[in-house]
Amino acid sequence: MIIFRLALQSLANRWLTALLTILSIALSVMLLLGVEKVRTGARQSFADTISGADLIVGARSGSLNLLLYSVFRIGNATNNITWKTYQDIAARPDIAWVVPISLGDSHRGFRVMGTTPDYFKLYHYRHGLPLEFASGAPFSDLFDAVIGADVAAELGYKTGDKIIVAHGLGSVSFLEHEDKPFRVSGILAKTGTPVDRTVHVSLPAIEAIHVDWQSGARIPGQSVSVEEVRKMTLEPKAITAAFIGLKSKLATFRLQRAINEYPEEPLSAILPGAALQELWGLVGTAESALSAVSAMVVLTALLGMVTMILTTLNERRREMAILRSVGARPVTILSLLVTEAGVLTFCGVALGAVLLYIALIVLQPFIDRTYGLHLAIDPPTWDQLAVLAAIVAAGVVAGLLPALRAYRLSLADGMTVRT
Amino acid sequence: MSGVSFAWPGRNPFDLVIENFALKRGERLFLVGPSGSGKSTFLSLLAGIVTPQKGVIDVLGADIAKLNGAARDRFRAEHYGIIFQMFNLLPYGSVIDNVLLPLSFSRTRRARAEAEGGVHAEAARLLETLGLEKAVIGSASAANLSVGQQQRVAAARALIGAPELIIADEPTSSLDRDRQQAFLDLLFADIDAAGATLVMVSHDESLSSRFTRIVNLTDIAKTARKG
Repeated sequence: MIIFRLALQSLANRWLTALLTILSIALSVMLLLGVEKVRTGARQSFADTISGADLIVGARSGSLNLLLYSVFRIGNATNNITWKTYQDIAARPDIAWVVPISLGDSHRGFRVMGTTPDYFKLYHYRHGLPLEFASGAPFSDLFDAVIGADVAAELGYKTGDKIIVAHGLGSVSFLEHEDKPFRVSGILAKTGTPVDRTVHVSLPAIEAIHVDWQSGARIPGQSVSVEEVRKMTLEPKAITAAFIGLKSKLATFRLQRAINEYPEEPLSAILPGAALQELWGLVGTAESALSAVSAMVVLTALLGMVTMILTTLNERRREMAILRSVGARPVTILSLLVTEAGVLTFCGVALGAVLLYIALIVLQPFIDRTYGLHLAIDPPTWDQLAVLAAIVAAGVVAGLLPALRAYRLSLADGMTVRT
Repeated sequence: MSGVSFAWPGRNPFDLVIENFALKRGERLFLVGPSGSGKSTFLSLLAGIVTPQKGVIDVLGADIAKLNGAARDRFRAEHYGIIFQMFNLLPYGSVIDNVLLPLSFSRTRRARAEAEGGVHAEAARLLETLGLEKAVIGSASAANLSVGQQQRVAAARALIGAPELIIADEPTSSLDRDRQQAFLDLLFADIDAAGATLVMVSHDESLSSRFTRIVNLTDIAKTARKG
């Protein structure tokens, strides 16, 4: 079609400004799609991490706080649960299984978590995938440790290596349990969850390394050697939180209330899914703001395109007079400009999508490592395609502005334009 | 044209009244007039770019003053070839593209050009008869041509598909003196071959020698400036 050919030739003639316009639209589209990707990626990553637990119990604190530190290892517990309380709860008839965890130590920036061997069987992520061992096996010895995939990758550990656990969470700690080293008994396969960044040890082992400590410091003058410790019976005194699986989901709320009202100790029980929704509720406003901002950026880019076409209109009045003289109708000239706007927007949108995918492919591993955020590289959803189509349509409509002006100009000028 | 009365709307109120004017088929009309006498307005009326408020403009049996905008545009595409004084070409098209431009808007002319052995061949032939160098004919960009070359391309565009009426608004004014007559001679040759009618406007009376009829615009039209 002649209009399409003329539009392409006309744009090619002004290729530098056309390219800049396309680039600005592309960047804005990349931002819009990128924000959406991160948003859904974050939600997906978090949702994937929620284990198959029906309830999570911890010392009384806000439900978000409990969720964040127990499942995502973000933040800290306000308090611990005594072992007696744990046993009390665990004995309740509604419960099918229960896994206690103990947090508070670290190894070179990675959290150390004390738990029972059941954890490796019972933890499920991403709608039912169980944990798998890339090498080695769960704890058999007191001082065995199972490390997550990222810990092994970043620190270069293999099964059988020795590691020292530090007290507290700093990556550099002055308080180390160097007298009681651990042996890496197993390395877990990658899950894309905080499990990858955790060092798992048994609950007695946590007890063992703190046996000569009190209130967070080594008791001077008293040190218990490894051999002596092995001979002691090490029952945990306290745990940080526990994951509970119920025999029947119907018991969930009843048990939750019972735990919340437990008279011996202040406790909180949360439903992981509900707590996560609370998190999204909090973040929701920020997400909307971010989406609104990126939509504004797209509009700005389109306005830039309209400006570009408008400013060249004056130079093109001669061109329009020529077209009119060979019999082009004013509508033809309008279509020519609208087509130019459409072509520019379409190229911008397409380039933006391509750039986003390139950026995703390049940055995905880095983002996963640094933020624990898994951004899936999948083809655009129908919703996203609809948004892109809407942007192209908006570009065409925006093109009407200069096109209508050109329409009127070409009518008024006739043959008398002398440039 | 009879009883034509036209006023430009807008910033420069300018009236043009033509009582009676007739042009025979095949004539070569040389239209003179001082600047501001309304030559461009006259051509615009003749080409159907603008419509008079009153009067009849009968071209080839059709009163274009009564046609609506789209019909006039179609009529212009079919029956007119227009050459401006300068800046005739679309800078982003090739030479051949520019010559073929009217064929996208007129089926009859396209058919006639096709019949001559294909539109590209016909365009090249016209350009050669008008004296355009072979190397330039294949040029990918019309923007690099000299003024003389551009005018030849404009003439070829006006002639392709053999429209009945050629309108030229000072086509030689941008050319060197010694080239002007030569250009006109080549133009006349092609127009005669096609049997078309030529209306050329110019302020330079020395070019009028080969024309069949010379008319001074002030003789046939009355202009008045308002305000």
